[in-house]
Amino acid sequence: MAIRRAMSGRIMDRTAVVGARYMSSWWRSVQPAPKDPILGVTEAFLADQSPDKVNVGVGAYRDDNGKPVVLECVREAERRIAGNLNMEYLPMGGSVKMVEETLKLAYGENSELIKEKRIAAVQALSGTGACRLFADFQKRFCPDSQIYIPVPTWANHHNIWRDAQVPQKTYHYYHPESKGLDFAAMIDDIKNAPNGSFFLLHACAHNPTGVDPSEEQWREISHHIKAKGHFAFFDMAYQGFASGDPEKDANAIRIFLEDGHHIGIAQSYAKNMGLYGQRVGCLSVLCEDEKQAVAVKSQLQQLARPMYSNPPVHGALIVSTILSDPDLKKQWLKEVKVMADRIIGMRTALRGNLEKLGSPLSWQHITNQIGMFCYSGLTPEQVDRLTNEFHIYMTRNGRISMAGVTTGNVKYLANAIHEVTK
Amino acid sequence: MRPEFASPSSSSSSSADRRLNALVRHLATASMVSQTAVAFSPTSGFHGDSVFSHVVRAPEDPILGVTVAYNKDPSPVKLNLGVGAYRTEEGKPLVLNVVRKAEQMLLNDKSRVKEYLPIVGIAEFNKLSAKLIFGADSPAIRENRVTTVQCLSGTGSLRVGAEFLARHYHQKTIYIPQPTWGNHPKVFTLAGLSVKTYRYYDPTTRGMNFQGLLEDLGSAPSGSIVLLHACAHNPTGVDPTLQQWEQIRQLMRSKALLPFFDSAYQGFASGNLDEDAQSIRMFVADGGECFVAQSYAKNMGLYGERVGALSVVCRAADVASKVESQLKLVIRPMFSNPPIHGASIVVTILKDSNMFNEWTIELKAMADRIISMRKQLFDALRARGTPGDWSHIIKQIGMFTFTGLNSKQVEFMTREYHIYMTSDGRISMAGLSSKTVPHLADAIHDAVTRMS
Repeated sequence: MAIRRAMSGRIMDRTAVVGARYMSSWWRSVQPAPKDPILGVTEAFLADQSPDKVNVGVGAYRDDNGKPVVLECVREAERRIAGNLNMEYLPMGGSVKMVEETLKLAYGENSELIKEKRIAAVQALSGTGACRLFADFQKRFCPDSQIYIPVPTWANHHNIWRDAQVPQKTYHYYHPESKGLDFAAMIDDIKNAPNGSFFLLHACAHNPTGVDPSEEQWREISHHIKAKGHFAFFDMAYQGFASGDPEKDANAIRIFLEDGHHIGIAQSYAKNMGLYGQRVGCLSVLCEDEKQAVAVKSQLQQLARPMYSNPPVHGALIVSTILSDPDLKKQWLKEVKVMADRIIGMRTALRGNLEKLGSPLSWQHITNQIGMFCYSGLTPEQVDRLTNEFHIYMTRNGRISMAGVTTGNVKYLANAIHEVTK
Repeated sequence: MRPEFASPSSSSSSSADRRLNALVRHLATASMVSQTAVAFSPTSGFHGDSVFSHVVRAPEDPILGVTVAYNKDPSPVKLNLGVGAYRTEEGKPLVLNVVRKAEQMLLNDKSRVKEYLPIVGIAEFNKLSAKLIFGADSPAIRENRVTTVQCLSGTGSLRVGAEFLARHYHQKTIYIPQPTWGNHPKVFTLAGLSVKTYRYYDPTTRGMNFQGLLEDLGSAPSGSIVLLHACAHNPTGVDPTLQQWEQIRQLMRSKALLPFFDSAYQGFASGNLDEDAQSIRMFVADGGECFVAQSYAKNMGLYGERVGALSVVCRAADVASKVESQLKLVIRPMFSNPPIHGASIVVTILKDSNMFNEWTIELKAMADRIISMRKQLFDALRARGTPGDWSHIIKQIGMFTFTGLNSKQVEFMTREYHIYMTSDGRISMAGLSSKTVPHLADAIHDAVTRMS
């Protein structure tokens, strides 16, 4: 009877079931997880009904009307792709064309290293996926190593290396008093770390502080990292977005390459091509020679296969279509500069407004810092006041996403900040 | 001037040896660096020792490696029966009409943006996927006891589910059928589970070893996780009958074994979506809990877009919500949030009844073509009088046939006939056409009569 019912797909008489009814859930003891600090901000923002609400939380670019942007070059690329190609699996290492073009951005258009095939590179799931793949690779092949992470950093960096089971240490980075770089302490930490440690560096537009080392400081950092035989891993999520010029934004990496480091790089197209939800990025590891690059790439693929088999094709096609067409690439560079310039403009406006309001504090750091984020120096309590009293949403570390600032809301924002800090 | 020391072989050295060697490497590198520091110039580009010098080249993935070998072969009669991707009669990949239509709609919708999805993906996608696999009238859905999260196709869904289990479940062992998809063991191992097997396939009958299955599951420790192929078992094509599924269900529930379904071929096996979901629905109907990994790679032809979903059916709604919050903690440090494109296509199709119907028709056409290839191959072997019982070709279901050919015979067929398949004798029926069936039949006949 029970079998017949099951075969007809109807709900079974529960008393006919052996065992299942009288067991409690296996998951009763599962605790509700804390909300993600960054993505939770947007959720709260969306739920807010106030007409004045401002979202300067998550780092996704907005135009001057506060709207998300799909770049024209991306729209054109999509038009070309749609209906033309099949959706077959990419190789485990992803789109070869996309990876080739991506390496040129990081290592240089005419890089000898690329010509010598010394770079092991695979398409990854945006910056997160690239970092995670590297962390898993580090764990597998340098099992006794640890990663040094700057304070502060993007919160997910800690999660990534923790889930990869790589022990973490931190190094000094942000100097709260000056709202700049704690350079001396950072160098000390590099010197004191055991030889051969792994260091996570933000290539440009440090997230969340917006504080980047100067060129001279980068050279010194490179020197000391080299002296200790450390491994430099760059997370480059904002190439082009910081200064408006991708070549300039890759300068720190180029310095390290000149100095002969064998670096690793996580690259993302989420922000600089506005491809956020497409999850397009690249992980590269510079090796001694072509043979080693082949070996390393094969091992990276071995880590990708049991995670997602092969990476998504759509975003990769958009990237390779744009970067391999000189006209589309030119258009992209123009559009990136527009985004970067708007942000730089908003920094100037926000600082200007605060100074005009007669704020007793210094707001120099707003224009000193670079990239999408401004580390305002606001305390968690002040941030809470901004949210509760002014419907302004940001992460509680006081990080403001400048991309969320517009000519329409910059005065309101300055006013509110002034109110909670005067 | 490289330091002279032997790179440690990770498989043979003890952890103490590895630490010692790592230390030697670090010191050697450091001393070399300080020697060159004085003579350093920006253009010297020292090729110092890499910390990854000891990394050896990984073996080629056995399944994907088949396609690599096939691509290298210049023969005009070569046949790729390796990877499980559908091919038309003309041997071409297929993008479903309804998928093209959906893509155009998305393209033409100027209001669409490319923002980050929530960590769990598109809410509508998750709801529709749950409906698709569990049935629109599923009590588990009505009672909000299901949490569904968008993941990267079947692989990604399995991995996220397995990582959750490794963290939150009291039993860290998963039983997988023998044989199974080559990537299964790696997915579960890397997620932190330990992998055991249960008997499944009987080479002598080329059917199910049902007794063996019952014995092995029966002797598994209570609470163990059990991987079940929802339909169209990969690689064998051998599925339990509904009666056998019921026996498996009763056994598993009596031993509190946790079912983890891999559903990669819903609609592809029989041509009917509901029929191919029967096994899963049977388990859900008894009120118990289970995990389900769903893939749209084959049944919607979305392969490279990496679209899938992980569902966890719980006994209570509040539990499902807690489970979802923990799934997010697994996902965030893995890829933050899933890719938008493929899932958007799925939503477009599933929520529109006309497009949904179109899809079911195209899906049935694919399934029917495969069933027809099975018949043609079977008939061709019978016509040639090829020794052996080849009825398993029409009894097995889904994309793959486990031919029963051994690795020597497979090698022979590749060498002499340029036919590519995995060395376990698995052929993808989707790679066949009416034109190429005779070539394959000749090859099998030759292999079986000349080699054993």
